[in-house]
Amino acid sequence: MAPPAEPSTGFKFDNVKRNQLLGDKGYGQPTATKTGTTIVGIIYKDGVILGADTRATAGPIVADKNCEKIHYLAPNMYCCGAGTAADTEFTTKMFSSQLALHSLSTGREARVVTAMTMLKQFLFKYQGHIGAALVLGGYDVTGPHLFTIHPHGSTDKLPFVTMGSGSLAAMSVFESRWHEGLSREDGLELVKDAIEAGIFNDLGSGSNVDACVITKGNVEYIRGFSRPNERAVKEQSYRFAQGTTEFIVPTATAQGEEAAAMDVSA
Amino acid sequence: MDPVSLELPHTLRGPQATAGYGPTTRTTQPIVTGTSVVAFKYKDGIMMAADCLASYGSLARFRNENRLMKVNETTVLGVSGDMGDFQHMKHKLEDVMTHEYDMDDGQALGTKSVYKCLSNIMYGRRTNINPLWNSFIVGGVDGGERVLGYVDLYGTTYMADSLATGFGKHLAVPILRRRVEGRADEITEEEAVAIMDDCMRVLLYRDCRAFNKLRRAKVTAQGVEISEPYSLATNWSYAESIVGYGV
Amino acid sequence: MDLAMQARPMEAPIEAHNHNRWSPYVDNGGTTLAIAGADYVLVASDTRQSDGYLINSRYSPKAFVLSNNAVLGTSGCSADSKRLYEVLEQRAQLYQHRHDRQISTPALAQLLSNTMYSRRMLPYYVFPVLAGIDAKGAGAAYSYDAVGNMQRVTGVCFGSASALIQPFLDNQVRFKNQRDADPNRLLTREEAFKIAVDAFTSATERDIYTGDYLEIFIVDAAGAHKEMRELKHD
Repeated sequence: MAPPAEPSTGFKFDNVKRNQLLGDKGYGQPTATKTGTTIVGIIYKDGVILGADTRATAGPIVADKNCEKIHYLAPNMYCCGAGTAADTEFTTKMFSSQLALHSLSTGREARVVTAMTMLKQFLFKYQGHIGAALVLGGYDVTGPHLFTIHPHGSTDKLPFVTMGSGSLAAMSVFESRWHEGLSREDGLELVKDAIEAGIFNDLGSGSNVDACVITKGNVEYIRGFSRPNERAVKEQSYRFAQGTTEFIVPTATAQGEEAAAMDVSA
Repeated sequence: MDPVSLELPHTLRGPQATAGYGPTTRTTQPIVTGTSVVAFKYKDGIMMAADCLASYGSLARFRNENRLMKVNETTVLGVSGDMGDFQHMKHKLEDVMTHEYDMDDGQALGTKSVYKCLSNIMYGRRTNINPLWNSFIVGGVDGGERVLGYVDLYGTTYMADSLATGFGKHLAVPILRRRVEGRADEITEEEAVAIMDDCMRVLLYRDCRAFNKLRRAKVTAQGVEISEPYSLATNWSYAESIVGYGV
Repeated sequence: MDLAMQARPMEAPIEAHNHNRWSPYVDNGGTTLAIAGADYVLVASDTRQSDGYLINSRYSPKAFVLSNNAVLGTSGCSADSKRLYEVLEQRAQLYQHRHDRQISTPALAQLLSNTMYSRRMLPYYVFPVLAGIDAKGAGAAYSYDAVGNMQRVTGVCFGSASALIQPFLDNQVRFKNQRDADPNRLLTREEAFKIAVDAFTSATERDIYTGDYLEIFIVDAAGAHKEMRELKHD
C-alpha cells in the first residue's frame, strides 16, 4: 500500500525534536519576531470599545511606527492582536474568511462566541506554537461581548481586558477608573488613557492610539484616535548635491550596446 | 566515603574545604520576600507606602512585618525583596546612625547622604558578586529639599518625582506619572493619600503577593511619620456579573 | 556496591547552579555621541534610563562635567557609569591637589583608559567618550571600549542607537561617501549642533531605548555649557 500523500499545506513539526536537542546542547533556537504591544477592550453602556497602539518592534528597533493592530473579523466583530506579528495577522485573516463562510451557510450574522470558540480551538490545537494573543470584541444578537484569547487557547470573559507588553500599564488605568455603564465619550477617553499609559510607560508600545467602537448594527473604526507623538521637525535638510555619490565608470571594453548604456558619467 | 556524613555546600568552612566541590557558590535567590513599595513627592514632602506581608514563595508567611524603616529624623526607607538581606542592611544603617550620634558634633546625616551610603553598599555588594537581594526607595527632606531615590541589587540608582519597586514599577508608576509628575508642588496631603490609596488598591487587585494591610509613611519638615497598619476599601461588585470564561 | 564509585551527590546541584549564575550587569540603554571641532567639542546624550521594557527614569543624565571642564559621556550599565565618573572625578581632583593645576585632557584620557583596564576581570560595562580641549586649544574627543582601548576621534557614537547614528556621523561629520567634500574639514559649532539634534530626534523614532530628553554639552576654552532639548517620551 502506498503511504498517504503528504499534505501540501499546513504546519510541519519534523524539526521540533532536533531543535530541542540543539537547544539543550546550547545552540539557541531561532525565534520569530515578536511585537511589544498594548491592546485593550472594554464593555460600555451601548457596546464594546477596542483600542491599540501602533508600534511594531523587531528587538530594540521600531519596525513600523503606525501599524494597524485592530483586525477585521466580521461586520460585527473586530479583534486586536499582540504577540508574533505574522501569527496575529494570519490567524485573524483565516477566521474572517471562516466566519464569512459560516454566515453564508447559516444565513445569519455570526456570533462572537462562535468566533471565540473557533479561535481557541485552533490555537489550542497548535499548543502555543502560534503566538497570537487576542482581544476579541463584537456585538451580536445576544448583545455585546468581549474576550481575551491566549496563545495556548485559554479564554477570559471580562468587562475590561488588556494584553501585550503594555497590559499592566493599561490595566492600572482600568482597575482604577473603569465602572459599569460608561458613556461612549467616557469609554473612549478611558481606552485612550489606557493605551497612552502603555505608549508612554512601556517601551514595546508607542506612537498613536487606534480605537474601534462596536454597537448594535454599527462599527466605528477610528484610525489615529489620538496622535500624541508627532515627529520633531528636522533642523536642516539632508538633500545632497547631484553627483555626490561615487560611482565607477566602466573602463573595460564592454560589448555592444550595453557599454553605451552603462556610460552614466555626470 | 560515608554518604550519611556528607557535608552540604553551605556547611563547608573556608575555600580549602569547598575547593573539591568546584567554585564558591552563593545564594542567588530571595527566600522570604516583600513586594512593592510606592513613593512620590507632594507639596509638603514625601509619601511612601508598603504592605505588611513577607511571603515565603507563594505562602503568605509573615503578615505583620514592617517594610518601612525610619532611618533618622528626616529619612524613611522602603524595602522590597529579601527580608533577611533587609535586616542585614537595617543593622548596618543603625550602626551608621549610632556612629553619627556618637560623634556628637551637632551634624545630622541628611537624606542624600543616607541614599549615597546605601547606594555604595549595594554597588559594592554587586561588584563582589554577592548582592543584597533588595530594591530600596529612600525618601526624605534634606535642607528643605525633597529627596526621593531608588537603588537595587545591581547598584542601579535613579531619582524621580514618583518611584515604585517590584510590581509597582509596572502597575503604580503609570498612575503616578500621570497624576504626580510635573505637579508635585500642588498636591496636598489629602490628594496624596488618595493617589497612594489608588495605587495600592490596584496592586492589591493585580499583584498576587500584595496584602490588604499596609502602612503609609510621610516625611515633611516636621519629621518622619509611619502610620499604623490600615486596610483599603475594595469593590468586587462587577465580579457578580461574570459567569464562566466563554459561552 | 562500592559507595566510593558513586558520583558525589553534591556535584550535580553545584554544576546546575553555575549554569544560571547571577549576572552583575544590566543594560540601561541610552545613546551618547561626540563631535570634535577646531576649537570646541560637543557631547550629546539622551537622558532616558531603562531596564528591559520599563523606563526607570526620564531624566537620569549620563554625561558628566568633570572639574577640568572635560565631559564624560557614557552608555551601558548606569551603575557602572556613575561609579566610573566618580572615580575619574576623584582622581582629577587628586591631580589638582598634587600638582596645583588642572589635569590636561590627553592626560585625563589616558587616566580613563588605565581606570577602565584596572577592572579588566570585571569590566565597567560602560562605553565612554571623553571630550575636552587639548594643549593646542583644539577640540579632542576620545572613544573607548569597555576595557580601556582608546582612540582619538572626530565623530563617534556609542549606546543603543549607535548602529543608527554612527553611519550618519561618518557621512555628515567625516564626509564619507561624499565625492567632492573635503574629508579633513571640521564642522562649525552650529553645524555640529544641528547634526547632533537631528541624530537624536531620528534615533528616538527608531530606537526604543533612546528618548525623553537630550542634553548637549559644548566644551571650549571658556568651559563647558549645556543645552537641553525635549525628545519624544514613547
